[in-house]
Amino acid sequence: MTQSVIGDLHSVETFASPDDTGGPGRPVEGRSPWQLSWARLRRDRVAMGSALVIVVITAGALAAPAFAALVGHGPNEQFRDTGLTVDGLPRGPGHTFWLGSDDLGRDVFVRVLYGARVSLFAGVLASVIAVSVGVVIGLSAGYLGGAVDTVLSRLIDVVLSFPFLLFAVALVAIVGPSLAISVGVIAFFSWASVGRLVRGQAMSIKEKEYVEAARSLGARDLRIMFVDVLPNLIAPVIVYTTLLIPAAIGFEATLSFLGLGVLPPTATWGNMLAESVQYYKVAWWFVIFPGLALLLTTLAFNLLGDGIRDALDPRSGQAHR
Amino acid sequence: MVRFFVRRVLFGLLVMWIISVAVFVMFFVAPHDVARLLAGRQATPETVAAVRHNLGLDRSVLAQYGSFLWRLVHGDLGFSYYNSEPVTHLLVSRLPVTASLVLGGVALWLALGVSGGVLAAPRPRSAADRTVTTLSLLFYSMPTFLLGLLLLYFLFFRLHLAGVDAFPGSGYVPLTQSPSGWADHLVLPWFTVALATAAVYSRLTRGSMLDVLGEDYIRTARAKGIGNMRLIYVHGLRSALTPVVTQVGIDLAVLLGGVLVTEQIFGLPGLGQLAVLSITTRDLPVVIGIVLLASFFVVVANIVVDLLYAVLDPRVHVH
Repeated sequence: MTQSVIGDLHSVETFASPDDTGGPGRPVEGRSPWQLSWARLRRDRVAMGSALVIVVITAGALAAPAFAALVGHGPNEQFRDTGLTVDGLPRGPGHTFWLGSDDLGRDVFVRVLYGARVSLFAGVLASVIAVSVGVVIGLSAGYLGGAVDTVLSRLIDVVLSFPFLLFAVALVAIVGPSLAISVGVIAFFSWASVGRLVRGQAMSIKEKEYVEAARSLGARDLRIMFVDVLPNLIAPVIVYTTLLIPAAIGFEATLSFLGLGVLPPTATWGNMLAESVQYYKVAWWFVIFPGLALLLTTLAFNLLGDGIRDALDPRSGQAHR
Repeated sequence: MVRFFVRRVLFGLLVMWIISVAVFVMFFVAPHDVARLLAGRQATPETVAAVRHNLGLDRSVLAQYGSFLWRLVHGDLGFSYYNSEPVTHLLVSRLPVTASLVLGGVALWLALGVSGGVLAAPRPRSAADRTVTTLSLLFYSMPTFLLGLLLLYFLFFRLHLAGVDAFPGSGYVPLTQSPSGWADHLVLPWFTVALATAAVYSRLTRGSMLDVLGEDYIRTARAKGIGNMRLIYVHGLRSALTPVVTQVGIDLAVLLGGVLVTEQIFGLPGLGQLAVLSITTRDLPVVIGIVLLASFFVVVANIVVDLLYAVLDPRVHVH
């Protein structure tokens, strides 16, 4: 499916180039395939809603210190008097603690916002690294072919057949948990599927006439790879990145949940949920709110990714799919 | 066919070897001092040296790797640092729990995934299709540990509060002891492990079915007057399943990760729990054993899947 996206994008491009906009008296608006896709995406209510959710969560993450100042609760401050009941149990959602408090009398709302910073940072950074590595390796394997392809494809196969989380967890245990390690581990185990995708695309693109034309003009392999082939891969890569981010966010949360990601007291959705396991019987808000934040974020990215895929696919009309 | 099989097995061996090297490098060569860790904080340099010598860590890297590999091909995974039990014993004693969880989880995953896709595909945009699509996106977006926590909260705790004890919240009963108790304790873990991957498969099956149902031979079959049921389930599903099957091998590795978390949440005394425990106590031989066993399982499963693929799709030319 994605393969034809590229072919079609290319043919549309030649049609809509500025020289083709028609003679005088025939005002035909030339719209690039990107403009067409953008128009399609804007009509997609689910995708735009998801984008809005992502914007709100990002804004919340960026403004976390402001919110902390507003409610007067630092993310790691423990309010043993106001935040805990007489019995020393977490308080439910209310005036002072909007989303309740946790077992140490900390503000769940403020901590969820601070957790968003970690999740978004780790998810986006790990995805960008994974996609960059995957694109370079996949492009080299697919375009250069031969021995390079054999070696790189085997490498991709090996990484894909690793029991991913187990290996990551073992690795983190050895090196010691931290945010940087989490990001590195997630990226290391995510690039291979990008590589496989890009390799397949590059293999079909390198047979196109415009690549042959570039070669006959004397362009070198490196130039053809990054100037002629790569731009035609952008569509599937954008889609894949959007779909990789929620996976990476979930993975970071899992590492934190197992105590192998970002360590307490720094708030992350994963380690908040890990702490909530002992308290879910008395404090539902302690499980539900970080869980909801996590689910909403991953869901929004997935829905947006689906929307972008449909928008970039020239075959997707209103009736189709 | 035989040559294909041999090539596949050889590649599997190569993968296993690479994984063993990776594991070795990670655990024995990485800059961290196992001997110091084991000897404790107050150990004198002499004690540390003695521990190091006992573990064979003072030999050259190559010699260490040689004996590591030698013992490995003989099925010897060494001894636990902490209770000196042979690692193989520990693994074997925990295996039934994890095997129960994985087998049931995979069965549920494929059943839910394929039936969801088949339900959705014949009528795109119908109520069934929309329901399946929405549900699969929801479960696909949910990290396994969150799903486990939510199932635990709503289906164990809330039901328990309401006076219904439908599912136990934790623990494990061996199959040989009580089949019903076994299944009862595993229902929630099975769903936890299966739902996320099932969601991917229902989307995969749906897409694949849609492609297949648009093919010429389906139109021909329809023109010949074949019933709708037979058309979808016999003619359509078989070819639609081939791309789905190829994916299974890869996703098994993902599923094993889910097992790790699920055992933790539901208190199942399996390999995943052992892994987390050994990691926190830095019991390296046990961690290595589990990683190698899991990798071996994934490699074997991938070979089986590739062979199955060749059998399932008569168009695949195997050379």
